[in-house]
Amino acid sequence: MIFVTVGAQMPFDRMVKAVDEWAAARKRADVFAQIGPADYVPRHVKWTRFLEPDDFLARYREASVIVAHAGTGSILQALELGKPILVMPRRAALRETRNDHQVATAERFQSLGRVPVAWDATDLAQALDRIDGLSSEKTLGPYASTQLITRLRRFLDE
Amino acid sequence: MRLRPAFEGHQVVYVTVSETYRSHVPGEKLRVVPDVTRWDRVGLVKCAARVLGVLVAERPDVVISTGALPGFFGIVLGKSLGCRTIWVDSIANVEELSMSGAKVGPFADLWLTQWRELERAGGPEYAGAIL
Repeated sequence: MIFVTVGAQMPFDRMVKAVDEWAAARKRADVFAQIGPADYVPRHVKWTRFLEPDDFLARYREASVIVAHAGTGSILQALELGKPILVMPRRAALRETRNDHQVATAERFQSLGRVPVAWDATDLAQALDRIDGLSSEKTLGPYASTQLITRLRRFLDE
Repeated sequence: MRLRPAFEGHQVVYVTVSETYRSHVPGEKLRVVPDVTRWDRVGLVKCAARVLGVLVAERPDVVISTGALPGFFGIVLGKSLGCRTIWVDSIANVEELSMSGAKVGPFADLWLTQWRELERAGGPEYAGAIL
């Protein structure tokens, strides 16, 4: 199952539509999308607007691969569970978010070699064609870096 | 949640914006405050009042926040009530500090950024990321 998520706050019709059209063209029946308060309703893939945290986690666990907006929550969750993830950043100019922080997030995670990025809908369709070969090379432990934990403990013990 | 090992041996109260997170901290204390954006003036007052209510009720020694407006209120109000304060700027802010993060400095006893590039003298310190 490919799990698609746009997060809880805003719609991301550009990404959902691209996935929906790709699924139709490739006759993929194994796509489930969480679309948020969206105007565009998928015609080919199964979807829901919101998922409670427990249901969301269940979908993540069940998925073989995640397609998400470039939200840090979605990315970290995938890395923690060792799920391959493909992200597409929202753009402020298209009113998909208030600023371009997702573009910066996507660039950073891409350069760390952690997360492949689709920069637009065309790019996304091409990346989706390769999605079954996507693997998660590294997983993330459940906790922050030892360095950060140690710094916080030192402050708390002062 | 990724910072939990830092709190071992300390009594922790979690403050969040949704009741649905209760299942993430079974057996631990969770308080819920309303979420708010900087464009919602009435919401800002309500949110700040609820955060103040939690601080007065719980009397924490230390307030730690990883970002967003309710956390910003927690740091500013916590500082004024004599708590020690820690701000860990969100990992989402990779090129510049968040609006809350840029303004919170004077109120944070420990002010951390998760990106080395954002470390500044007199500004936030980099001490590793939540990654």
